[in-house]
Amino acid sequence: MSAIHIDIAAKTYPAQSGSPAQEIFRDFRLDVAKGEFLALLGPSGLGKTTLLNIVAGLDTDYRGAVRFEPPLPRVAYAFQNPRLLPWRTVLENVALVLPADAAGGEAARAVLEEVGIADLAGAYPERLSLGQQRRVALARAFAVAPDILLMDEPFTSLDEATSRRLRDLLRRLLAKRPATVMFVTHDEREADELANRVVRLEGTPVRVASDVRAEPAPLSRP
Amino acid sequence: MSTASRLMMTAISLLALILVWYVVARLIASPLLPGPAAVVAAMDRAAQDGALQFNIAITLARVAASFVIAMAVGSAVGIVLGRSPRLNELFGPWVIVLLNLPALVIIILCYVWFGLTEAAAITAVSINKIPNVAVTMREGATALSRDLDEMARLYRFGRWKTLRHVTLPQLVPFFAASARSGLALTWKIVLVVELLGRSNGVGFELQTAFQLFDVATVLAYALAFTVVIQLIELGIMQPWERRAGGWRR
Repeated sequence: MSAIHIDIAAKTYPAQSGSPAQEIFRDFRLDVAKGEFLALLGPSGLGKTTLLNIVAGLDTDYRGAVRFEPPLPRVAYAFQNPRLLPWRTVLENVALVLPADAAGGEAARAVLEEVGIADLAGAYPERLSLGQQRRVALARAFAVAPDILLMDEPFTSLDEATSRRLRDLLRRLLAKRPATVMFVTHDEREADELANRVVRLEGTPVRVASDVRAEPAPLSRP
Repeated sequence: MSTASRLMMTAISLLALILVWYVVARLIASPLLPGPAAVVAAMDRAAQDGALQFNIAITLARVAASFVIAMAVGSAVGIVLGRSPRLNELFGPWVIVLLNLPALVIIILCYVWFGLTEAAAITAVSINKIPNVAVTMREGATALSRDLDEMARLYRFGRWKTLRHVTLPQLVPFFAASARSGLALTWKIVLVVELLGRSNGVGFELQTAFQLFDVATVLAYALAFTVVIQLIELGIMQPWERRAGGWRR
């Protein structure tokens, strides 16, 4: 049974000064099974982020439909930039996606604990390193207990050790709270390590170049 | 530089200014340029019967009223224009016209149309200030982050939460900038409004002193009022801005 059913009849970038209108998707179909960790590979500028935005409901300027099973899932999105509110503390950033009551605050604290930055709860995001900011974004995503988790190169621009720790963290979190994941990356090793299905995209309009099952590497002990 | 040594430098600089004033006044030796001592004496005379305090209080009340009105209306107009390109095309030129209308014209028109009343005076000052606030706030509202807006939509913040936690904090620097320039502009215009059509306040007293060529009283009022405005700036505006910007690195 598929949790996400994507059917984009047409998606076009309007012409901008210098470049003509570009058809990004035409008759593009992709099904994602429930609980699947799907890695989307492909060169940058291809339309992978656009695809995630369409699934997230942030981009509605296309012909076609995205259907979910169950129909109204909780969606979380780890953006390429952490997109934290710089004027709110780490704890507030996480608590804001939850109901504004004591239970919400409690849950926010618990998830910060889980991603290992409980001691930074009172800090403002701009004082944190990029790796720490991404942990906050991850905490915020998992705070809503998502059915569907969209991730857009969430571990880029980090040194190898930091990004490996974050990948391990993501896998531990998912082991505890399974979700259907669409993970955009251009890093093959990252895809191989995390995903149980790797879809390679190419061309304009975008088409699926390859679609293979994969076996994620065993989870290393923290 | 530390705060203490910065304060020290400011004090030295101001003392030097007073010294220059004193020397020049001594050289010219004319009642049209009284020295520091004469001005302090005039200030003391005006304070004796409470006139100085009363008139400064009246003027401050007018400044406060027109400042609050101008900030509220100007912010609302600016945010609406910044959020809606269509409304901005329609009404943007109006703001430009208003911005370039001389303050004096607005004051005269308000007095002619609404009479020499308190309401006319405050309206005149507010209208002078509104376009400045609107232009600054519009800039802030056009530059709102789409990224954060998408984040708020995805996590279903809703209208109120988005306004409070996402939109308004982005506008704080613009609000602070227009408040700061607003205060300076407002109190200058209030004096003109008082001079033209009120029978009390610092502006009215300046006019009276002007008619008597009483330069010492003119300087006494000017100095006393400037000090009050500086205290507001240091005691209210700056601490507020520091608090609002506490999250910055």
